[in-house]
Amino acid sequence: MGWVWAVAALATVALVLAAVYRSFGDYMAGVYTTPRDWRVERGLYRVLGVDPRSGQTWQAYLRGVLTFSAVGLLLVYALQRTQQWLPYSLGLPAPSADLSFNTAASFVGNTNWQSYSPELTLGYTVQLAGLAVQNFVSAAVGMAVAVALVRGFAHRRTSTIGNFWVDLVRGCFRILLPISVVGALVLIVGGVVQNFDGFTDVTTVAGGAQSIPGGPVASQEVIKLLGTNGGGFFNANSAHPFENPTAWTNVLEVLLMLVIPFSLPRTFGRMVGDHRQGYAILAAMGVLFVASYTALTLLESAGHGTAPQLAGGAMEGKEARFGIVGSTLFATTSTTTSTGAVNSMHDSYTALGGMVPMLNMMLGEVAPGGVGSGLYGMLVMAVIAVFIAGLLVGRTPEYLGKKIGPREIKLASLYILVTPTLVLAGTALSFAIPAVRESVTSTSIWNPGVHGMSEVLYAFTSAANNNGSAFAGLTANTPWMNTALGVAILLGRFVPIVLVLALAGSLARQDKVPATSGTLPTHRPQFVGLLVGVVLVLTALTYFPVLALGPLAEGLV
Amino acid sequence: MNATTRSTGRTLWVAVRAMVALTLVLGVGYTLLVTGIGQLVLPAQADGSLVRDGGGQVVGSALLGQGFTDADGAALPQYFQPRPSAAGDGWDGAASSGSNLGPENPDLVASIAERKAAIAEREGVAPGDVPADAVTASGSGLDPHVSPAYAELQVARVAAARHLPVDEVEAQVARHTEGRTLGYLGEPVVNVLELNVALDELGR
Repeated sequence: MGWVWAVAALATVALVLAAVYRSFGDYMAGVYTTPRDWRVERGLYRVLGVDPRSGQTWQAYLRGVLTFSAVGLLLVYALQRTQQWLPYSLGLPAPSADLSFNTAASFVGNTNWQSYSPELTLGYTVQLAGLAVQNFVSAAVGMAVAVALVRGFAHRRTSTIGNFWVDLVRGCFRILLPISVVGALVLIVGGVVQNFDGFTDVTTVAGGAQSIPGGPVASQEVIKLLGTNGGGFFNANSAHPFENPTAWTNVLEVLLMLVIPFSLPRTFGRMVGDHRQGYAILAAMGVLFVASYTALTLLESAGHGTAPQLAGGAMEGKEARFGIVGSTLFATTSTTTSTGAVNSMHDSYTALGGMVPMLNMMLGEVAPGGVGSGLYGMLVMAVIAVFIAGLLVGRTPEYLGKKIGPREIKLASLYILVTPTLVLAGTALSFAIPAVRESVTSTSIWNPGVHGMSEVLYAFTSAANNNGSAFAGLTANTPWMNTALGVAILLGRFVPIVLVLALAGSLARQDKVPATSGTLPTHRPQFVGLLVGVVLVLTALTYFPVLALGPLAEGLV
Repeated sequence: MNATTRSTGRTLWVAVRAMVALTLVLGVGYTLLVTGIGQLVLPAQADGSLVRDGGGQVVGSALLGQGFTDADGAALPQYFQPRPSAAGDGWDGAASSGSNLGPENPDLVASIAERKAAIAEREGVAPGDVPADAVTASGSGLDPHVSPAYAELQVARVAAARHLPVDEVEAQVARHTEGRTLGYLGEPVVNVLELNVALDELGR
């Protein structure tokens, strides 16, 4: 009987996304292509001193992305280090230097990995002026980079790929902010709190004491999900009843995470002038998403493992109101996008069930992926797919009328090497450097045996792929983990962005080659299959050995 | 070289101004707008869905679970008991957390076995009849709900402790049971705090 609820929940999400796919996707395409500025935007451009009509080369666009992100990094770091003097700090001291670096990198990099417990670490000013702002702008940066890549495919013989400042401002003002205001109010209806009350101490019914937390939670919750950020206001993240109080807010939160990534293929299709191309990308994303959700739901429902079997179900770390289906739907959504929010504790999942979120991230988060990063990730995979198809039939590969030459394929290859290198190197170094191994095994790891290795593997997978979820038993607030994960986050975010913008610049310069009878059609099921295959094979070959040491060893022995 | 330095410097200055402007709009302005509307239109929810007892005293939040034990941590028989909590020392509203114990962790296996035996003894049922949510800690450590099965298991003991007819306690459980949203989303649950407050009201 459980499968009926699982199918119905998925169908609900799919129907809503299908209903808004065309209108919202077209709206976003309009946002990034219209020559009209809003009056408030014109005012802002004047303040910034930028000409909204001037296009940028890929190098100038990249300079904007990197400089803006660097400023954000410094601001979030500085806000934390001066927390004790800020208003609404709730009496909390400044976090340590390595923790502040980790958190700053994490929120600027759209990752929202949290080495800290928010209730005990951050006051309201850091939350709203530092973290909430990055939740908006890091998402807008991701979308801007994706749109710049799409322009590379759509435009011809030009050296410019758009204006970063315009894309940034429009993404924030026209897409993220309006949805956030409405979404936050709807979440408050469900019971998400929104106040500046701090902690309220009450005497409980049985005569005990309890601290009821407050805070501007709804405003942050909505953009945490909409921008596929994932950083919780509370330690328990979206499992906390004040972040996610009911079964329907749970579905709403899932929709918030998915609506932009699953609608961007439409934006892409519109901008390149062929909606079928958008549907092909959407289909590849959808197939992987449904497969992942099915696998995770089956594994958690079966509840294999010593503890789940003894308990009579895999309910450790799961909330009663969501049950298994509400938890697996959220977990699938959170890790196939780059969100990393959790409404249940992945560390306590069954061994093989806990491997599914890891695999989702290892796919490169392209199904549907983070806001913007999912689309550009999948388009890079499409470039690899047409290249492989080209090798099979012995023709120069093309995608959307652009030749995929040596420069393009080098950039795409480097792109797919970045995160596996960071994940595997980070995990290996954590156990290989003697002093670090001591800290990792005695302080960081929470669960004994191979599950402890999985915690470290999960952490680097999450950081390098900018997800932010965790096998949260891991104590990551150590100098090694904070530093190594922070570096993995920054490299995992910005090296791919450099490569994608370089690719965009290189594509934009080309003319379009007319399609011939020998051109591989990239809108047919055949190509969707090829694309899904490429994504899966790249992941399987890269990560199988390390998965065999962790979750597979735990689940199959 | 000079031109590149100049344009990087210019970009930096644009970036600083952009960050300041966006912080004011998206950090301060947006948060205050949502707080203002929320406090004006939906004050009860925005302030945490607080629950008051018959005397008007705030005793908790309808959305946050709390413990129903005596000072030594022993379950009070007149109250429905919630799920185990891993938040701080249990139900700590300032330290939400799951246990994060893995499926093969010996500590978790031992805890589940122990809880199962204790609940079976407390309710006078076979260990096999204890539902999964009763012996597992939630993700937040503040789960306000139990499954209808776990509530049903506790009815007889609560009724006996309160000298109430079983039917009356069962009626209260039914009143505080929430079905699946729209009939198919989530799981049916019983709100433990609201149920216990209602039972205390009956006795007044």
